[in-house]
Amino acid sequence: MSDIIKLTTPLSEEVVASLKSGDQVRISGELYTARDAAHKRLVDLLDQGKPLPFDIKGAVIYYVGPSPAKPGRVVGSAGPTTSYRMDAYAERLMEVGMKGMIGKGKRAPDVVEAMMKHKAVYFAAIGGAAALIARSIKSVEVVAYEDLGPEAVRRMVVEDFQAVVINDIQGADLYQMGQEKYRIA
Amino acid sequence: MREIDVSQITEAVARMSQSANTDLGQDVIQAFERGLRTEESDTGKAIFKALIQNAMIARDEKVPMCQDTGFAVVFVELGQDAHLVGGSLEAAINEGVRLGYEEGYLRKSICDPFTRANTRDNTPAVVITEIVDGDKIKLTMAPKGGGSENMARVTMLTPSGGKKAVMDFIVQRCQEAGSNPCPPVIVGAAVGGTPEKAAILAKKSLLRPVGAPSPDPELAQMEQELLTRINNLGMGPQGLGGRNYALAVHLEKHPCHIATLPLAVQICCHASRHKEITL
Ligand code: SF4
Repeated sequence: MSDIIKLTTPLSEEVVASLKSGDQVRISGELYTARDAAHKRLVDLLDQGKPLPFDIKGAVIYYVGPSPAKPGRVVGSAGPTTSYRMDAYAERLMEVGMKGMIGKGKRAPDVVEAMMKHKAVYFAAIGGAAALIARSIKSVEVVAYEDLGPEAVRRMVVEDFQAVVINDIQGADLYQMGQEKYRIA
Repeated sequence: MREIDVSQITEAVARMSQSANTDLGQDVIQAFERGLRTEESDTGKAIFKALIQNAMIARDEKVPMCQDTGFAVVFVELGQDAHLVGGSLEAAINEGVRLGYEEGYLRKSICDPFTRANTRDNTPAVVITEIVDGDKIKLTMAPKGGGSENMARVTMLTPSGGKKAVMDFIVQRCQEAGSNPCPPVIVGAAVGGTPEKAAILAKKSLLRPVGAPSPDPELAQMEQELLTRINNLGMGPQGLGGRNYALAVHLEKHPCHIATLPLAVQICCHASRHKEITL
């Protein structure tokens, strides 16, 4: 396993190109949160030729719907949700400059291809380690779709957010590589 | 005839909504520790450590171990000599869920299937009631997240397929589920009954202490064989490669129709949450 790579958002194309499946990363800077319902609205905006509610250039989108923050805290528990539900929308966002996605679980082959084409990467965070992950989230503010509750789009400032590169721009897939290494036929 | 006021049920459900989500069972934590000892992959080991740490933070700070605080599934075993007073059972349970999820800062994740409009208080609960002997009521609160629920399947196999078809289907289901249900997982499965019976039995099997074998030696042996086959797939913790994809397989069986071989598989993520109380 390689050393830990520190990343700061927004991600540049050069940084994205340097990442390899299996790289352990710590992300600092801003992340934007969105789940299925928010993705649908974002893509609807693009379809209508309207601007998105945040700057998508180089952005990393975190697939998460946090639990409510207790008083005195910035966020509740906040682990990744399953990514395949966003597969239908991912390429549209890559087309306009999204460079990273954080979630859990395999992506569809066309999403992996889109990552190669548009130079974007897919990271996984530890699914279910939500109380631990919340510690790396320093501030949260709703930027759009407050009516969606946990599914609203939020801007999160994170510090050393722990993730691993699943799909790089070469089309490699850590889930496949990992399983092949430990499979007993 | 013993009287039980439903307000006690509301209170118990509210309390368990919170404790189930913040206080992971010792059996699950021990299974993580076993996993940490047996895991060969460094990434896998790091994941077990993170999960143990996560469970401690959740317990000590009384925050949910996972942001998906689940659909509130409540198993009720109602003694036939108990008499509930003060209101209806379902309404009392739903009120408990509403209170528990609000007061516990738990996520409200229940919505209309078509409009997707959120009910905003995590109700209604799914209530599975059984009438049993005695004059008590046992409530088991088992919140379950959407990521692992999406991996459940019910299938009607051909009886000629027998054990082999059953085991192949379960192993294949895990392979297809991959990292989606947040492995390490507990695989619950039930063979027989009707499709709905099998689904409930499989869900209920997840309430066993992790890895407690079936009392039926034949099923217990199948559980071991399945666990080995599933873990030999090599998917490991979080599906990133390793020895421990599943912590346990829990298998149940029920007589079925001469023409059928129903099978239900319910995969539970490592956030295997359930609390019970008897009133
Ligand atoms: S599958 Fe379980 S651990 Fe994973 S996000 Fe859902 S509820 Fe949490």
